[in-house]
Amino acid sequence: MSAEGALGVVLVTGVAHYLGAHLAGVLAGDRRVGRVLGIDSLAPPEDLRAVLGGVEVRRLDLRDPAMTSLMVDEEVEVVAHVGVATTPEPGPGGRQAMKEHNVIGTMKLLAACQQAPGLRGLVVRSSTAAYGASFRDPAVFTEDTEPLELPRGGFARDVLDIEGYVRGFHRRRPEPRITVLRFAPFVGSYTETSLTRYFAQPVVPTVLGRDPRLQFVHIKDGLDVLHRSVVESHPGTFNVAGRGVLSLSQALRRAGRIAAPVAEQGLDLAAAVPQSVGGSEFTRDRLDLLVHGRVVDTRRLIQEFGLTPRSTAVAFDDFVRHHRRGALLRPDKVRAAEKLLLERVRRARSLIQDWGRILDG
Amino acid sequence: MADTGGRGLGPDAEPSAGPGPVGDEWDRRIVAGLAFLRERLTGDYAVDEFGFDQHLTDGLLLPTLRQLYRTWFRVEVTGTEHLPDDGAALVVANHSGTVAMDALMLGVAVHDEHPARRYLRVLGADLVFRTPGLSELMRKWGATLACNTDAERLLRAGELVGVFPEGFKGVGKSYFERYQLQRFGRGGFVAAALRTGTPIIPVSIVGAEEIYPKLGDIWPLARLLGTPYFPITPTFPWLGPLGLVPLPSKWLIEFGKPIEHCEGAEAADDPMVVFNLADQVRETIQQMLHTLLERRPNAFSD
Repeated sequence: MSAEGALGVVLVTGVAHYLGAHLAGVLAGDRRVGRVLGIDSLAPPEDLRAVLGGVEVRRLDLRDPAMTSLMVDEEVEVVAHVGVATTPEPGPGGRQAMKEHNVIGTMKLLAACQQAPGLRGLVVRSSTAAYGASFRDPAVFTEDTEPLELPRGGFARDVLDIEGYVRGFHRRRPEPRITVLRFAPFVGSYTETSLTRYFAQPVVPTVLGRDPRLQFVHIKDGLDVLHRSVVESHPGTFNVAGRGVLSLSQALRRAGRIAAPVAEQGLDLAAAVPQSVGGSEFTRDRLDLLVHGRVVDTRRLIQEFGLTPRSTAVAFDDFVRHHRRGALLRPDKVRAAEKLLLERVRRARSLIQDWGRILDG
Repeated sequence: MADTGGRGLGPDAEPSAGPGPVGDEWDRRIVAGLAFLRERLTGDYAVDEFGFDQHLTDGLLLPTLRQLYRTWFRVEVTGTEHLPDDGAALVVANHSGTVAMDALMLGVAVHDEHPARRYLRVLGADLVFRTPGLSELMRKWGATLACNTDAERLLRAGELVGVFPEGFKGVGKSYFERYQLQRFGRGGFVAAALRTGTPIIPVSIVGAEEIYPKLGDIWPLARLLGTPYFPITPTFPWLGPLGLVPLPSKWLIEFGKPIEHCEGAEAADDPMVVFNLADQVRETIQQMLHTLLERRPNAFSD
């Protein structure tokens, strides 16, 4: 449970993206960690390079055969597999490329891990999307809940495949400790994900007649859990989410956004058009979330890690504070309107009473 | 649910010395109504993990249903002393009426007639949660899916859980079978009570049978629409939308003495124990129904 001795080499995947880059940066600053190798098929963008100070960045695809020799030659001790794509990258390939990266990439990474004799730990970023979405689901998912049916969304399917391969790896190599972290959607002040872009629109499409329960996790808490999973020993599968729940309509109101309800069939159609041929960023994963919502139990995380992530409402408020610009309905304006209305009504009522008195007298 | 209060203007917190009748009954209502609207518009309220929205329930759903409860169905309630002031209990009731209005009225009864003003967390069929609009409203009202996971989670959290073991067999039965309890399914509710060690409170509801007397069923239409039945009542579908108005029957609700069980959690997996206990609950409710019916001279009395 507690911190173990010094770690040698840690490999972090997906360092061209926010989460991977920040995790690698935090690990590089941790005295318990020897070296941090960061890999990604893309070069990290300008704004992430500052974070990657002490990290040895290699431009390498997970499917590259050189992965195995990297793992063996560098004597990697812990692998943090964070580079899992949640939505298709814009550009050619689309969903197919995303699946290739997520599923085949993870398979190859695990194959390389199996060759690495010194491997002591594996940390995998998963998602609460692994629980699928159905109206017959229980209201709250615990880590032991099995999905009732195969989800329709591409990301959710990828996540199920990835977790399946990780279980297979564990059967073949039982000695490295494996931590699977099922994250709720990330929010935070500066993180940008497709979900935060969704909430940042002034008018937001929702599903008619549905008000799903949502949970978020603050990106800093997510990083904290990832960091501790790498340097400490916490084997098992854990839900990582902020306590409490926001309903979608409530979240939109807090963000000052206007909801535009659309029939589910309409959104399903929109989700069917791939982004590469002019479709929106809207996917079936998103649609399932907007219809069914998703709430998870986090007691296991709190007990094992001894930390309580920021609540969903607090995490979301942090996001709202940094996205004031698109807000149409701001709380101060609503409050001012309330005051004005109250004054008007009172004046009107007193006028009527005065008239009444005059007529009586 | 605690962070809703405090920030509102409140009737006393408004210092405005503006002209007019500040502080009288209507003024207080207007202030409260505007504060409610503002809290809705800015999302300044809390929703629990099952989607229960106490702010909306208190501010809109309960006041609306209360009108129906008092003036339309003239509900009379007895035996509320059997409901606990705090802690979990499983409230088991008969189900009837073609449209499950009894689940809503039972919720009003529990909240309004018991001094602790508790909320009944009813368990609903999956059809409810498949239907857009209805699913949204029912979650906000505090309902959740009738499955053992949800029932046990609510009971462990110390909630009052309401369950209708007859399900659609009860709500959708014909008017000619009124007040005859249907089969109690697999007794999943008993297993939940055994596992969590909560008392079972039997409840009889008289009056719901007459709100939409189901005389017939156009089953091909039901199959087409994916509903369990398509009812024919004296007013529906003949009168069109007017046929949706429930008949103003007189309602009586009685909460019975809690049914004790001391078998323990292991017994939840023993079908004999589960079925016996379910039968005991069923018979208690059936007997209470008969006595209640004798107290009501006719279905539409005052």
